[in-house]
Amino acid sequence: MSKLTDLNLAQARDGLASKAFSATELTQAHIERVEASDKLNAYVLKTPEKAMDMAKASDVKFADGTAGPLEGLPIGVKDLFCTKGIRTTASSKILGEFIPPYESTVTQNLWTDGAVLLGKLNNDEFAMGSSNETSSFGPVNNPYQGANGENLVPGGSSGGSSAAVAARLGVAATATDTGGSIRQPAAFTGTVGLKPTYGRCSRWGVVAFASSLDQAGPITQTVRDAAIMLGSMASFDSRDTTSVERDVPNYEAALTGNIKGLRVGIPKEYRVDNMPSEIEALWQQGIDWLKEAGAEIVDVSLPHTKYALPAYYIIAPAEASSNLARYDGVRYGARQAGVDIDDMYSNTRAAGFGDEVKRRIMVGTYALSAGYYDAYYIKALQVRRLIADDFTQAYEKCDVLLTPTTPSAAFAVGKDVEDPLEMYLNDVFTVTANLAGLPGLSVPAGLDANGLPLGLQLVGKAFGEEELLRVGEVLETAAGFTTRPKEWWSA
Amino acid sequence: MSVDEKTVRRIATLARIGLSEAEVPALAKELNAIIGFVEQLSEVDTTGVKPFTSPVENKMRRREDVVNDGGYAQDVLANAPEKDDEYFAVPKVVD
Repeated sequence: MSKLTDLNLAQARDGLASKAFSATELTQAHIERVEASDKLNAYVLKTPEKAMDMAKASDVKFADGTAGPLEGLPIGVKDLFCTKGIRTTASSKILGEFIPPYESTVTQNLWTDGAVLLGKLNNDEFAMGSSNETSSFGPVNNPYQGANGENLVPGGSSGGSSAAVAARLGVAATATDTGGSIRQPAAFTGTVGLKPTYGRCSRWGVVAFASSLDQAGPITQTVRDAAIMLGSMASFDSRDTTSVERDVPNYEAALTGNIKGLRVGIPKEYRVDNMPSEIEALWQQGIDWLKEAGAEIVDVSLPHTKYALPAYYIIAPAEASSNLARYDGVRYGARQAGVDIDDMYSNTRAAGFGDEVKRRIMVGTYALSAGYYDAYYIKALQVRRLIADDFTQAYEKCDVLLTPTTPSAAFAVGKDVEDPLEMYLNDVFTVTANLAGLPGLSVPAGLDANGLPLGLQLVGKAFGEEELLRVGEVLETAAGFTTRPKEWWSA
Repeated sequence: MSVDEKTVRRIATLARIGLSEAEVPALAKELNAIIGFVEQLSEVDTTGVKPFTSPVENKMRRREDVVNDGGYAQDVLANAPEKDDEYFAVPKVVD
């Protein structure tokens, strides 16, 4: 038998069910691997004792015959999900040592189904970033290194989640995606990232960044694992007013491998200037794979694509400036003294927020301020509708869209830190799905010339996750991505 | 439209983010770059387009008007930087 930490989620689940090993053995193996992973900086809080307690409880359930769908499976949780009694920081200094008195709905669903918590995963501060470099805990290193052994970013904002899954520090991880924060890090680390339809997973108990865009989802080793995770993470929740009351299907059952006659749209606007030829080639390869599997390829147009990032960089900061108003040093977090209450607020926020978060709050405040509200904020919301309408029209001709996930492979730590706009361009292919509220899936599909993973993205119709995962699995099988990073971090 | 240093100070005040004078010029430059980038939106004809506020057009759900939660002030206060009995404590607001 291979090492227990080599198993993907479905294999681990099946091994537990057949009693090939116990939940405590599986969890112990992962705890040891997490302990030896500090050079990656993926975990900002390890919870080995909690994990062992949960694993022991899982073994009792296996013995009783009451095991849940994720029973005994050790996972990591992005530090944006509130976990009752366990420090949650959003990787921001302003939350200090915040201990939530409640559990997020998504994580509660996972625990109810039997999953085991290994710890909390690093991310960009308040999920604002594309490289995990804005975290107050410092950057995460991608398990994949550059050609000369230099450290690369794991993508962001769910960089701890993507690095952890790529390095096998958990069978899966939770993540969140506001503009690409699940799919871009998945593409950078050779993992699978699924952003569900807006409203599919509850936002209750997830630290808010931009509420009309935020959506939780999994990062996993395989498409099947993503289907299994989503089946537990998704639910209707009356505590989230935008949660959609809709049954959760059996996503795993949707993986039939049959996509004959499926219409795959190729949006011409995604052929951007200066796209590396290997990404262009990979995209063509993806088209060929799906065609060979029986899909019909259709050219489509999403004419407002070019305006997606500008609209996003008004809407997301505007919502963030409102959401982050709560961090005022009154009810939780690290307070800084002041001569009066306004001074206390200003000092607390000056000391507690990092540069990127401050920048976005300032942009959002500006866009919402008197005299600019119509010119920026309302204008961006109108453009957002045009972008959503583009998809509606494209889906009259096709069932899913195929695009690259990112315009490049992972880049070096420190490369774009000084240039926020350059960093924003990472999300050029992913942000449209957030604006339109559609599900998107990144599948590892190939390597660049330096041996770094590249991803292809599929975008589906609203609540079309079953179809999306079905095509994703076909793409995954055709690509046959089996590369693993060299384990430099445990040396 | 460009963001001058006076505007940066005004936005910082609105956002309650303390800024030192030394931080203002660099921030003005960064905000200008971002605002310059989003200015592209003005090219788009949006006449008559209804603003898109949420991907989900849910009506607000109603529930029975009954107490269904609460009664744990100490849990709510557990993370407070300063508290007094069952209250959050803040610096003096009114003289």
